[in-house]
Amino acid sequence: MSGAFSLEVAGMSKRFGALAALDDVSMRVDAGSVHALLGENGAGKSTLVKCIMGFYHADEGSLLVDGREEAVRNPRDAAQFGLGMVYQHFTLVPSMTVLENLVMARADTPEMIDWGRERRRLADFIAGMPFSAPLDTPAHGLAAGEKQKAEILKQLYLGARFLILDEPTSVLTPQEADQMLGTIRDMAREMRLTALLITHKFREVLAYADAVTVLRKGKLAGTGKVAELTVDKMAAMMIGEERPAAPVARADVAPGAVRLAVEDLKADDSDGAEAVRGVTLAVRAGEIVGIAGVSGNGQSELVEVLAGQRDATGGRMLVEGEVYHAARAETQRHHLALLPEEPLRNACVGRMSVAENMAMRNFDRPPMANGLWLSARAMREAARDLIRRYRVKTPGPDAPIASLSGGNVQRAVLGRELGGEVHILVAANPVFGLDFAAVADIHSQIVAARNRGAAVLLVSEDLDELLDLSDRLLVMSEGRIVLETTAAAADRTAIGRAMAGH
Amino acid sequence: MDAEPPRRAALARILDPLAAPVAAGVATIVIFGLFVSLAGRNPLEVYRLMAVGAFGSWFSWQNTLLRASPLLLTGLCTALPAQMGLVIIGGEGAFVIGGLAAIAAGLPFADAGAPAFVVWIAMGIAGMAAGGALIATAGALRHWRGVNETISSLLLSSIAIAVMNQIVEGPMRDPASLNKPSTRPLPDADLIGNLPGMDVHWGLALGLIACVLAWLLMRRTTFGFAARIVGGNSRAARMAGLPVGMMMVIVTGLGGAAAGLGGMIEVAAVQGDANANIAAGYGLSGILVAFLARQHPLAIIPVAVLLGGISASDGLLQRRLDLPDAAVLVLQGILFVALLAGEGLPSWSEWKARMSR
Repeated sequence: MSGAFSLEVAGMSKRFGALAALDDVSMRVDAGSVHALLGENGAGKSTLVKCIMGFYHADEGSLLVDGREEAVRNPRDAAQFGLGMVYQHFTLVPSMTVLENLVMARADTPEMIDWGRERRRLADFIAGMPFSAPLDTPAHGLAAGEKQKAEILKQLYLGARFLILDEPTSVLTPQEADQMLGTIRDMAREMRLTALLITHKFREVLAYADAVTVLRKGKLAGTGKVAELTVDKMAAMMIGEERPAAPVARADVAPGAVRLAVEDLKADDSDGAEAVRGVTLAVRAGEIVGIAGVSGNGQSELVEVLAGQRDATGGRMLVEGEVYHAARAETQRHHLALLPEEPLRNACVGRMSVAENMAMRNFDRPPMANGLWLSARAMREAARDLIRRYRVKTPGPDAPIASLSGGNVQRAVLGRELGGEVHILVAANPVFGLDFAAVADIHSQIVAARNRGAAVLLVSEDLDELLDLSDRLLVMSEGRIVLETTAAAADRTAIGRAMAGH
Repeated sequence: MDAEPPRRAALARILDPLAAPVAAGVATIVIFGLFVSLAGRNPLEVYRLMAVGAFGSWFSWQNTLLRASPLLLTGLCTALPAQMGLVIIGGEGAFVIGGLAAIAAGLPFADAGAPAFVVWIAMGIAGMAAGGALIATAGALRHWRGVNETISSLLLSSIAIAVMNQIVEGPMRDPASLNKPSTRPLPDADLIGNLPGMDVHWGLALGLIACVLAWLLMRRTTFGFAARIVGGNSRAARMAGLPVGMMMVIVTGLGGAAAGLGGMIEVAAVQGDANANIAAGYGLSGILVAFLARQHPLAIIPVAVLLGGISASDGLLQRRLDLPDAAVLVLQGILFVALLAGEGLPSWSEWKARMSR
């Protein structure tokens, strides 16, 4: 058996308790095509592919592989049929070489491995592929794009001829993404494989996919040939009737004094390798400075230093002209607010209540504190006010914050951080994993803070978000700022090249 | 997302943490019952005698409270740091070093003829400082050197016990103590007496006060709130600009100080001097007390009374059923293992959520 085959899903449903994660969804992927699966977070994309791959068992519906109805009971069955999946996050063992990773992944790895033979076999296999990977390099020594290629090679080596790619470009530079998706498309054209591409990037759909299926809230929202669709049509399918709030207009504020300055800052990552290698930047009152970069180039360490979660190894930070160490008194005096990524992990105590989490900035000042004593009533009152103003959906101020949805946790943090006076705001991937309505909401809050005169530093892996919001844009690569541009003059190609370290 | 009716939610909040200790207790009763059956005793008779020995009379109640009072303080040595997510098991060492420091500080005052309360204050301060310093070291090592606080507190505890033995048998040994090496005793006038109308010393009252203060500190003050943030998520705590390291040292120090005070009371109210008997396992039982109480300072009180009762009943078990005194230790051991085994199990509300999914 070789060559691409088609796959069809008919009337598939999957319920989790009261939630219909997948409701009567049908989809046809033609042999040798690149098919995009589009949808917001929580639209049911991953539930659908998990049903296809045998991780979940659909409650209803059937699966046709190459025209025959088949039962995929588990991922092993899926591999038998030639279905393979490449995950968003890498699954290679970092300390093992590419050769070892690929041999290890085989279902029939022998007890005694003849490495010479395996190497010849793999070299032959790679010779027939449109791209290669360095066999003897440990996986941790590969760049993100190379790792992604090795993951794809692994699936092909294991015999996959139907590849499911789950947001494969989220960790790649635009150039790496183009190259990778181009190769996949070419292989599909040659009828060597069929690809199902999970994404939320319209650009990738338009450039590389033949057809698209759009899901919304677990239901099929639309399908069609990409050539016959426009971005607006696809966006309408994805979002439905629900219109996001109109973004806050950017007031024409002239940037004021420098509020946040970072001078030659250095910091190590958690393994002790230098991740921030001398960053210097300045953010003025009334401007949003964006930092772009592929994840893992020191941005998260930089934000952690600013947030006080990581110690700097060199350089210094200045806030409103004073040296800053992220101590509590300084943060309060300078009204510095933070919106970190993954707020539940970075900014909240999951088992404490919404009110307690909202009090984290002010619990030691009146009215919440009366000397040494804490006023639970003042805490709850302040929380009720923030819950109302920031439209946090919660059973009440006493509910554990971990029981809220991601968007509402972020809204609660937003309320806590932006509810009072803000001079400086540092935000890192603030809308990661949130739905459209929450994204629009949080973006307009960030712009509103800028309009009120706050200095905003916005770190994001989403270039579109940065281009929409920033006044100035910096690109970070390998721990350094490698490019600075105004948003108006931003050139995607130059930015992409800088992100890749060219 | 419907809110549960508030009353049911409140009830669940109270019952939820009780589920695991109660389940562990039931499992222990069954397993220990099998154990005594194998030893040829009737388990029902064993449990009846235990109840009588612990709570059957005013005399046994006093015996129970006497044994519970050090557990109140050593329980805090584990429960206070647990509020910050630290697992400290060095209470035995803090208890012992507290007792030793207390006698070392108390004897000069007693020799100088100072009033009894001055001697007690000197002893209390010395005992709390020594116990606090010992456990605070584990907290500091954890924060600044990344050393696992459970292991370091255990090892520090062993060092403290060895130091106590060394000093009691060497520099501070009373030449008059022959087969039981001890320090010089406190004069009788400087011994801590009993609570009015009871055969139980003032240590019980101090222990109860300490538990209530610990609860107030953790639940009602800004410091306790900050400590709970650190314990719940240290990344969030650092983002809030809290001095995580300093707070770890303070809270571990307070825990050690509680156990050190327990050691001081053991010396000033029970032994009268420092000798190897002060390392009698109160610190170890305190770990069990704290875990059974789910690290809640007020829950330590009933749990300490329960465990005090179990150990108070061992005399009766020995006399009536000829069970060795180790039987009570076996019971405590089973209880601890059952509790730890149940720790990872889902709570009642998690079960309900899982069932309805």
